[in-house]
Amino acid sequence: MSAALLEVENLSVGFGAFKAVDGVSLTVNAGEVVGIVGESGSGKSVTALALMGLIDEPGVVGATRLSFDGRNLLTMRDKDRRQMLGRDIAMIFQDPMTSLNPCFTVAFQLIETLRIHEGGSNKALRARALQLLRDVDIPDAERRLDAYPHQLSGGMSQRVMVAMAIACNPRLLIADEPTTALDVTIQAQMLALLLKLQRERGMALMLITHDLGVVAEIAQRVMVMYAGQVVETAAVPQIFEAPRHPYTEALLSALPEHNIGQRRLRSMGGMVPGAFDRPDGCLLAPRCPYVQERCRAEKPAMYGAPGAQARCFYPLTHEVPA
Amino acid sequence: MSGDVVLEAQALTRHYAVSTGFMKPKGLVRALDGVSFTLDAGKTLAVVGESGCGKSTLARQLTMIEPATSGALLLAHSESELADVTHANATLKKQLRQQVQMVFQNPFASLNPRKKIGHALEEPLVINTDATKAARTERARAMMARVGLRPEHYARYPHMFSGGQRQRIAIARALMLQPRIVVLDEPVSALDVSIQAQVLNLLMDLQDETRVAYVFISHNLAVVELIADEVLVMYLGKVVEQAPKAALFATPRHPYTRALLASTPRIDKAARQERQVLSGELPSPLNPPSGCAFHKRCPFAVERCHVEVPVFEALGGEQRVACHRVHEIG
Repeated sequence: MSAALLEVENLSVGFGAFKAVDGVSLTVNAGEVVGIVGESGSGKSVTALALMGLIDEPGVVGATRLSFDGRNLLTMRDKDRRQMLGRDIAMIFQDPMTSLNPCFTVAFQLIETLRIHEGGSNKALRARALQLLRDVDIPDAERRLDAYPHQLSGGMSQRVMVAMAIACNPRLLIADEPTTALDVTIQAQMLALLLKLQRERGMALMLITHDLGVVAEIAQRVMVMYAGQVVETAAVPQIFEAPRHPYTEALLSALPEHNIGQRRLRSMGGMVPGAFDRPDGCLLAPRCPYVQERCRAEKPAMYGAPGAQARCFYPLTHEVPA
Repeated sequence: MSGDVVLEAQALTRHYAVSTGFMKPKGLVRALDGVSFTLDAGKTLAVVGESGCGKSTLARQLTMIEPATSGALLLAHSESELADVTHANATLKKQLRQQVQMVFQNPFASLNPRKKIGHALEEPLVINTDATKAARTERARAMMARVGLRPEHYARYPHMFSGGQRQRIAIARALMLQPRIVVLDEPVSALDVSIQAQVLNLLMDLQDETRVAYVFISHNLAVVELIADEVLVMYLGKVVEQAPKAALFATPRHPYTRALLASTPRIDKAARQERQVLSGELPSPLNPPSGCAFHKRCPFAVERCHVEVPVFEALGGEQRVACHRVHEIG
């Protein structure tokens, strides 16, 4: 097993009294593809933003440990951390149309990134920018260099975003819903591109998505989040074959793909708890079909061997019924 | 059960003239180019395709928001007869409009934020019926109970609801006039997986009870596989394949349908197909390729595809495809 690249323990992000992320611990190894799945409001995007230092007032970020490549991000000087973010850890966002600056050309925005982190002559930088566009398979790259974002399609804009993110050869790329806004054939192209870059550059990829199908196809490990907490973490084939947490099981069984030929989808009632109706015990207790007395009173911790843990007092066993 | 047709589209076409710049000739976008199908009561027709393929233009035609450039649209008028929308007078059009209602993609944008839910649900009755206030309130409350909203929601505003609840409200509003047809434009794509399942179950329950017919527009093939009876695959304003659901998912014949199915991420390894990544993007509808519109991205394209527009033909059974090489590629 390769060395841990990113180690996070007990990451919390609070907005006033509400904790959007509540005690999240995770590790990403070098060159690994990790998926983070969860529904809206589960805290998956806020986790990524917190790692990138992009949480603004009034949000408060706290962690007991936050290290990247052996360096402690918590005690590091702001200046050093800014150097590291964007160069060693890069991020791409969900909506490519709004993440590019509409007032500047593709070349300007790519070169800006390169100049800040690496520097060089204008001519050399422009050549690098062109090479980056070729790396992300943009056809007719010379012409696209001087295009403005409104002249690009959604898929093309997302490729430019990827080019900017990989400009400084990051060790970790965080992709927040990189394909959600794209059509299905373009989504397939984008996933193939991300995987190609990940393999070629030995980069770790943290893929945040709500689409379990995407995770099943490209991730090696997955974390499932619910209401700001990690509820289950496991290797990829296992989590889909034998989910241990009731929430994971419910997510999987609610997929149309698993209900073909049936009259109705098996759906879990209720909704994700909001800021003011968080239960005392397990956060899933009001919706869980297997709920026990203990679940309503006590908060469960993560149980199980490292690498396959679930936040549940009574994890599902998947034994063959007698 | 089947046999009573509630909607028939005959070569429905909608072109838009668009400005291409000062002093330049107007361009013509063929947003919808000769689409034909029929829909029976209690059935679901799914329309799939990528952005820009004409799905939403089709929805605007079916709901009579826009007139067709050419072609005919027939809607259920009384129990057994269809009326032609294109030649209808204003009175008939008003009656026909009540038969077809729509649910939009984004429940955050489709509800008026200044109207209480009760008011939004009663509005169609105010406009189209002469029911008394008490009768309207009673019908609105009954419909709310039917779609799983609580009675106290009657006097609340849209901002007080979650996405799933808002979509329930939008569905309730569409059903207030007891339409025969509901056009659903990406009704669950803005919702989370667990909420999506609740809304899909609701739609299927309502169909069983009222025999309403759905035109279900979606890009999510997994959802389509669950809910549809028949599927229409569109590419650049044209139908490229039409088939009953089982046939389409078991033996997709058009290369575009195959690519769509292969591109959809799957959890089950068995259902996963060899990833056949299509190159390129959807061409501009202002300047569509000659011949078969798909030939630039098609892995099977030959010389003939560049010049000749393929005809939409039946392949024995109920599957119909527009492709020159459909017999050769198997």
